[in-house]
Amino acid sequence: MGATVTRARTTRGEPAAPGGAPEMVQLLTPDGKRIDSARDPYGTEYTVDFTDQEYHKLYHDMVVIRRLDAEAEALQRQGELGIWASLRGQEAAQVGSGHALRPQDMAFPTYREHGVLYCRGIDPIMPLGLFRGVDQGGWDPSKFKFHMYTIVIGAQTLHATGYAMGVAKDGKVGGDDGEAVIAYFGDGATSQGDVNEAFVWSSVYHAPIVFFCQNNQYAISEPIERQTRVPLHQRANGFGFPGIRVDGNDVLASYAVTKAALDQARRGQGPTMIEAYTYRMGAHTTSDDPTRYRLAGEVEQWQAKDPILRLRTFLAEQQIAGDDFFQQTDAEAKAASQELRERVLALPDPQPVQLFDHVYPTGSAELDQQRAQFSAYLESFEGGAH
Amino acid sequence: MAAENLTLGKALNSGLRKAMEDDPKVIMMGEDIGKLGGVFRITDGLQKDFGEDRVIDTPLAESGIVGTAVGLAIRGYRPVCEIQFDGFVYPAFDQIVSQLAKMHYRSQGQVRLPVVIRIPFGGGIGAVEHHSESPETYFVHTAGLKVVTCASPVDAYWMIQQAIASDDPIVFLEPKRRYWEKGEVDTAAPAAQVFPLHASRVARPGTDCTVLAYGPMVKVALDAATAAEEDGRALEVIDLRTLSPLDLTPVYESVRRTGRCVVVHEAPATLGMGAEVAARVTEECFYSLESPVLRVAGFDTPYPASRLEEEYLPDLDRVLDAVDRSFGW
Repeated sequence: MGATVTRARTTRGEPAAPGGAPEMVQLLTPDGKRIDSARDPYGTEYTVDFTDQEYHKLYHDMVVIRRLDAEAEALQRQGELGIWASLRGQEAAQVGSGHALRPQDMAFPTYREHGVLYCRGIDPIMPLGLFRGVDQGGWDPSKFKFHMYTIVIGAQTLHATGYAMGVAKDGKVGGDDGEAVIAYFGDGATSQGDVNEAFVWSSVYHAPIVFFCQNNQYAISEPIERQTRVPLHQRANGFGFPGIRVDGNDVLASYAVTKAALDQARRGQGPTMIEAYTYRMGAHTTSDDPTRYRLAGEVEQWQAKDPILRLRTFLAEQQIAGDDFFQQTDAEAKAASQELRERVLALPDPQPVQLFDHVYPTGSAELDQQRAQFSAYLESFEGGAH
Repeated sequence: MAAENLTLGKALNSGLRKAMEDDPKVIMMGEDIGKLGGVFRITDGLQKDFGEDRVIDTPLAESGIVGTAVGLAIRGYRPVCEIQFDGFVYPAFDQIVSQLAKMHYRSQGQVRLPVVIRIPFGGGIGAVEHHSESPETYFVHTAGLKVVTCASPVDAYWMIQQAIASDDPIVFLEPKRRYWEKGEVDTAAPAAQVFPLHASRVARPGTDCTVLAYGPMVKVALDAATAAEEDGRALEVIDLRTLSPLDLTPVYESVRRTGRCVVVHEAPATLGMGAEVAARVTEECFYSLESPVLRVAGFDTPYPASRLEEEYLPDLDRVLDAVDRSFGW
């Protein structure tokens, strides 16, 4: 996208107010008012300069992603998915950061990055195969530059760091056309050893990486107070790289801050941590019951900061989009969700002996034998495989 | 012929060097492996010749070593990780078992991770705790990993190169107390003459009882066979070499001839390699067996203080005792 980020300086200094009240970069207020530019504690100034079409695209993607997410949740409730991890409330953080990625950049997601996945051009049915249990993730990570979902909390941040070290070894950093890596994780993950090790390694090796933490306030039931006594973005300072808090419900600021951090990385200026301050509007997964650990009033407060509503208000007030556009977008989202539903229901179940596939790149005689024995066992039933 | 008399450690060093020369994507990662050459000097001189970019002294974090190796492998590199001692591999357990081992399966074959994890393993060097363990069962039990171990300099030289050239994630166990033992290595042997990686091998032919060992215990088994010869018993010693997948075809063939089988390893007996081998040999050779498959193994205790390790570790006498029991059944 053709937005610009104005940088106030070229070197990375200390934060202006370390340990002070955290500033949050914001370019669009909850009531849809545009802020011309915002500055982070390090002095970097952010703004965006989107065309109408680019604004339309951001809005469109957030609406479609929310609708697909709702459809997946419904499919789980109807027994068609084993589980679903909803991203509702986090659309701006994901669409903003997802569109900030360039084609050559590599992303390492958690299991909730359905919005980033969509921005990478991956068929949105892909994660539903995983959650339906017909496979464990079907897209080609190298083709889409979007790695597989990682369920073990924080483990992917080390993979991202190693990948970023490889980018540097390949000589793909240092210019505006360099490659950058983004690692997604949540607030709970910041307590994991792997995430802290990833911070150490990235810092020591000056890896071209952006750590994108969606602080959605909860790790299942545990509030952020169980993970930290300092604002999460401040952790980065101790590891030797900048940490910036952005309004994660503001798609414009999420885009601008991520784009700047990725550009820093690709130019060879090392890692950045971004804390996208947001809220998980739904449950952790469909197996969760958030009414046991948080109050409705809290959810209502965040409802007022909704990422889609504020962009819609802005687009309407500025006459960047009209009712025709909003209606058409809703219709497209509905059609996409219906198509998703039909295709999920049509997903074929895997064949029993497929469970032996792809254990080893070079195969295993032992497994070949087990497969043959299991096949013979299945064939032993009257009428063939049972 | 370019036969050299090398220690097992030097053979590994030469094999690593050859792998780095053959493929610029091969990189080494580990603690103290650069200037120091590793605490056992297995990577001695490699950083000097291949640079800090390919022989990487890492931060002191085992999960970080393996986790970043996974990322480097996704990027197209072939990382060879050194875990300094067996007892230090556990912080990396998730990255090995849940990430490295499963990525190819989960991605339906789309992500290959040609990572080798070198672990000096086993006891017998008088070390303090956590420096003498035999963790092979954890990794053999994990689908998606392959696990091999060498017992001689010639195997060390070739197996490490074969492991690095393989597209599978491989745990490569090095018998640390044998690092200083010497043997002939023909470093110019044609490929066709090099023994395959995932194959067991008869280390000493015999007719009366099959003794299975791997890594540091192969020497113990061979010494026992020499001693047994004086008693008129010809033990057949098989070096398993590959623990996952197991290559038991030569074992079955042997046990069908000898009717007796003893398995030797340092790791605790319960759910160890011996238990698995015993189950399979019993199933395949049931009517040939004259006595049950017997295990000579570490006890089900933590690895003891070093002044007690000679009691803990299987030795020649315990192997011969098991052979005696097999004959007396």
